[in-house]
Amino acid sequence: MWRFVLRRAALVVPTFIGVTLLAFALIHLIPGDPVENISGERGMEPARRTRLLHEFGLDRPLPVQYGSYVAHVLRGDLGHSLTTHVGVAQEFGTLFPATVELAFFAMLFALVVGVPAGVIAAVRRNTAADYAVMGVSLAGYSMPIFWWALLLILFFSVQLGWTPVSGRIAVEYDVPAVTGFMLIDTLMAGDLAAFRSALSHLILPTIALGTIPLAVIARMTRSAMLEVLREDYVRAARAKGLSRMRVIVVHALRNALIPVVTVVGLQVGLLLSGAILTETIFSWPGVGNWLIHGVQARDYPVVQGGILLIAGIVIAVNLIVDVLYGVINPRIRHG
Amino acid sequence: MALVEIRGLHVDFGSPARPLPAVDGVDLDIGAGEIVGLVGESGSGKSMTGLALMGLVDAPGRVRAERVAFDDQDLLALSMRERAKLAGGRIAMIFQDPQASLDPCYTVGFQLDEAIRLHGSAAERANPTARRERAVSLLREVDIPDPPQRLHAYPHQLSGGMAQRVMIAIAVAGRPRLLIADEPTTALDVTVQAQVLALLARLRREHDMAMLLITHDLPVVAETADRVVVMYAGQVMETGDVPAIFEAPGHPYTQALLDSIPEHNEGRARLRTIAGVVPGIDDRPTGCLLAPRCERAEPICSSERPLLRGGGAHRAVRCHFPLLKP
Ligand SMILES: Nc1ncnc2c1ncn2[C@@H]1O[C@H](COP(=O)(O)OP(=O)(O)O)[C@@H](O)[C@H]1O
Ligand SMILES: [Mg+2]
Repeated sequence: MWRFVLRRAALVVPTFIGVTLLAFALIHLIPGDPVENISGERGMEPARRTRLLHEFGLDRPLPVQYGSYVAHVLRGDLGHSLTTHVGVAQEFGTLFPATVELAFFAMLFALVVGVPAGVIAAVRRNTAADYAVMGVSLAGYSMPIFWWALLLILFFSVQLGWTPVSGRIAVEYDVPAVTGFMLIDTLMAGDLAAFRSALSHLILPTIALGTIPLAVIARMTRSAMLEVLREDYVRAARAKGLSRMRVIVVHALRNALIPVVTVVGLQVGLLLSGAILTETIFSWPGVGNWLIHGVQARDYPVVQGGILLIAGIVIAVNLIVDVLYGVINPRIRHG
Repeated sequence: MALVEIRGLHVDFGSPARPLPAVDGVDLDIGAGEIVGLVGESGSGKSMTGLALMGLVDAPGRVRAERVAFDDQDLLALSMRERAKLAGGRIAMIFQDPQASLDPCYTVGFQLDEAIRLHGSAAERANPTARRERAVSLLREVDIPDPPQRLHAYPHQLSGGMAQRVMIAIAVAGRPRLLIADEPTTALDVTVQAQVLALLARLRREHDMAMLLITHDLPVVAETADRVVVMYAGQVMETGDVPAIFEAPGHPYTQALLDSIPEHNEGRARLRTIAGVVPGIDDRPTGCLLAPRCERAEPICSSERPLLRGGGAHRAVRCHFPLLKP
């Protein structure tokens, strides 16, 4: 187990180089630079522009800029935002809980709906229920997030008025940020109305972001269940006289979850990229939204640092999922 | 009164309009405490017969019969729920691949406990400590060394022989009157095979438990069973008491099975087995099922299906030209 963790950790070095290089190259490929952004429509006198470029260190050759960036990162310094002048790591830390809250509920939604749907489709394969689950999940998988999010807003917020259009909580509530997780903070403040407001703001983004993982999980659960239901131990479990429900949940599903967990791990990366879109559409104050603003402002440190931190988190989550895979699979745990 | 009485058992696949019979009108009696060997090549419908008796045939398979009775109770009249209650309790079944038959995610103790909780005595069902004691004593009963330790083992940590002993312990947890053993030793090493068979023979003595021993291994039947039922392509070809059938087979198919046993064959130049394989369920001859493979086939064999004709008490043969006149 520990050798396995070490082997995975060794992969971090090439991944780090790849991610920093890619983030650096991509942001510099976009036309324009931060100074141009600051000067706006009216333009700026060339002398001032040169001075600012020099101040930001942007007048040096690109390889030198990259080298100096990496050297700072290795010292734990991600730099400061060019627009707010706050430390990148600090800004990320403030905004990240909002993204985690959204991603967590999206994944929870995907699991709570997707796993039972996949089980039902497998147990009732080739029936209307199976076709319904497979059809809906195919549609969900093919739906672009921004389109799906807009449909949800148009229907539930605009048409029915059930849910708020955007944001994390209604403006009238002022909840002290203790954990950064709005649902927890409102409860800690003992403000139930604020909690309800936060919850209602969470619903549509959760659905918008959770739909693709839901579709993937439902399909994966179905195919894993179909495989497991053919196994000898399922027949043997039935031969013991166990109830149908117990055979399906305790024996078949327990085994089918092993491949599903891997899929869930792979979804986390997709979930964070989906969160960028979702946050932008719902004005959700998380790191995705922040990153998009960073790109628009050509705020190089924000974009590079944000991408690096998100990549690190995806790697860490995948590592945790791999370990979890060992925990839920006795054949690996007890080698 | 037989413990098990099966008349005209069919298991069909294919469409209702054109059924493909995996089991095609099987009659089978098992007396209390009796060991009946069900033999035949792979694909003969032996497992389907056992599964039908357990009520475990899955769609698209369809089971019908004139009568399936257990302990004088008409199983066909029971609801699915009542039928499921019998399974694992008074009728238990073990399978060919013991390691694959244990759920890899749970310990031996957990899987034993499931059976005890369902089919154990009232005291055991109510009390976890009593269940644990019963689990330990069951493992001891099937000769597993160091039972308390083994309760914590996962299936992949067991050898094939150990896994089959655990399966047997699970099967006898409900003190069954009938144990259906579907090729219980086929996947095991030769030395382990003998131990597991000896264990089964001992358990049936101690529990006065009847057994349907499904196998394609005739020597196993010769050693263990009281009576033999020879199946081929979904039908019973011959049935009779063990010594009688082994001394004088009545059906050319039984003869061919006996001839393919090495020890039975000593002195002959080479193994004499019948050429070909069991026809698939969608490819059954209209005449005698064996006709295409039978050395002794006459024209009538290809045109007319022989009936299962009985002579004395336990002997019946399905052949136009039996080796032994009934
Ligand atoms: N699900 C199924 N669909 C179609 N045919 C099947 C199915 N299961 C079993 N059969 C057929 O039923 C016949 C009997 O199978 P089985 O009872 O397993 O034979 P045995 O145990 O004697 O080897 C075989 O020809 C097999 O191909
Ligand atoms: Mg079989």
